Amino acid sequence: MKKILMKGNEAFAEAAIRAGCKCYCGYPITPQNEIPEYMSHELPKAGGAFVQAESELAAINMAYGAAASGGRVFISSSSPGISLMQEGLGFICSAEVPLVVLNVSRGGPGVGGIQPGQADYNQVTRGGYNGDCKIPVFAPAGIQECVDLIYECFDLAEEYRNPMMILADGMMGQMMEPIVLPEAKGITPVDKISEEKPWAITGTDSHPGRNVIYSLRMEPDVLEKHVYHLFEKYEKAEKELVRYKSQGLEDAEIVFVAFGTMSRLCAEAVELLAEKGIKAGLIRPISLWPFPDKAFDEIGDKCKIVISTELSMGQMLADVKSAVAGRWKCGLINRTGGIVPSSLEIVERAIKLWEEAK
Amino acid sequence: MKQKLFFAGSGGQGTLAMGQMIAKAAMDEGKEVTWLPSYGPEMRGGTANCTVVVSDKAISCPLINDADVLVAMNLPSLRKFETMVNPGGVILMNSSLIPEKCLRDDVKVVEVPCNDLAKELGNEKCANIIMLGAILKETGIVSLETIREQLEHMFSGRKAAFLPLNQKALDIYTK
Repeated sequence: MKKILMKGNEAFAEAAIRAGCKCYCGYPITPQNEIPEYMSHELPKAGGAFVQAESELAAINMAYGAAASGGRVFISSSSPGISLMQEGLGFICSAEVPLVVLNVSRGGPGVGGIQPGQADYNQVTRGGYNGDCKIPVFAPAGIQECVDLIYECFDLAEEYRNPMMILADGMMGQMMEPIVLPEAKGITPVDKISEEKPWAITGTDSHPGRNVIYSLRMEPDVLEKHVYHLFEKYEKAEKELVRYKSQGLEDAEIVFVAFGTMSRLCAEAVELLAEKGIKAGLIRPISLWPFPDKAFDEIGDKCKIVISTELSMGQMLADVKSAVAGRWKCGLINRTGGIVPSSLEIVERAIKLWEEAK
Repeated sequence: MKQKLFFAGSGGQGTLAMGQMIAKAAMDEGKEVTWLPSYGPEMRGGTANCTVVVSDKAISCPLINDADVLVAMNLPSLRKFETMVNPGGVILMNSSLIPEKCLRDDVKVVEVPCNDLAKELGNEKCANIIMLGAILKETGIVSLETIREQLEHMFSGRKAAFLPLNQKALDIYTK
């Protein structure tokens, strides 16, 4: 397959189109503006509908409605925009409607800045919506992986009848890397939708009786039963959607835990430490929820410290400590507010933490 | 073999485009590449920088701590980034807009009056392609042929009228 050089955001949009996206609703926000821009001229050519919403609240609710009709729906935003979408995401989980959501994250809190950030970690892993529900979230480290995850998440969202989230960041959205695009699946015609998705609202011509999609359940016993039903799906996700990459854990003295852009800096820090004769390893969670606890079982006896390395104030550290379960000391290397540290800064701080831990 | 290039200039000088052309050419030649821009509220006259990494192996990190090649399109860019170049590396500077000298004596400094040369060709906009030719001559990072193909692709359709000018611009340092 021929490789092409593509900007992250445009590649993400193209991946959604090739996965058979029927509808994209968006509202501009940096650093993901190339996605709605690309969708506005390319999605209609592929037979889909691009809607520029009047706000993120409108966008998520339009997406809810469009997805309820069974077509493949994609939505993207950046941190503060994703915050505005939280109510809708909770409704969509409860209504069991498939949706693919991409967060090209930036620094926060509030409107924050526009440079890369990972401080949405707690929001994407715990949710900012009310009620007992969960959204699986994947954090790619490069453009190809993000393209492949977006493409796959359309299938997973339908399998689970739940939103799937991909957490990229501003750097990944803005940079260019050679990629191979997946094959275009084409948009599923309505008659096929009603056959494959009997729950979808496709009109009474295509299915007998009424289909109703809702998140209101006034009877507590009905609602409790519904929540237990949702949790059966989340248990399945905890078994089937755990993903990570690890390197050099068995004899590492320092183990970095990092996702997305930070994992790439840590990969370089591992090489730089090796040049100094210090063995370091890396756990790269790809699924942030479900968190890859089992990756930590690969860490060997020589480990002195496990370091959560992140662009936030230790949000992932809580999950790292829980996975470590007291077996090793834990530390934190972080920057925030849109600042990405150099691999040299990571090396320097890692050595300090390692020496303190020895 | 891994080469790290840093391009710095101001919005409208074609700085990011130069980096993209080298990244794409290197990819077409079978190399691994990353192209990483600085981004912000984009505007003509604002800072425009990008990092290009070209390697035979997968590139772990698209961010760099030091560069093998710096292309400085204006004075602030030279002053800000000249210290990041590795000893023995190359600094190509746009001497049309940089009236001062480079402060490094442990790197190869190439002065390219690309705006003046572009004016002589009749259109200042092709200054970046003149610089691109100088980069190819000094570093050999990608072949002239691959860049020629890219120029033909870039200046096709509505922009086809600009192809001969840019071909001439590329020729200045490569012929």
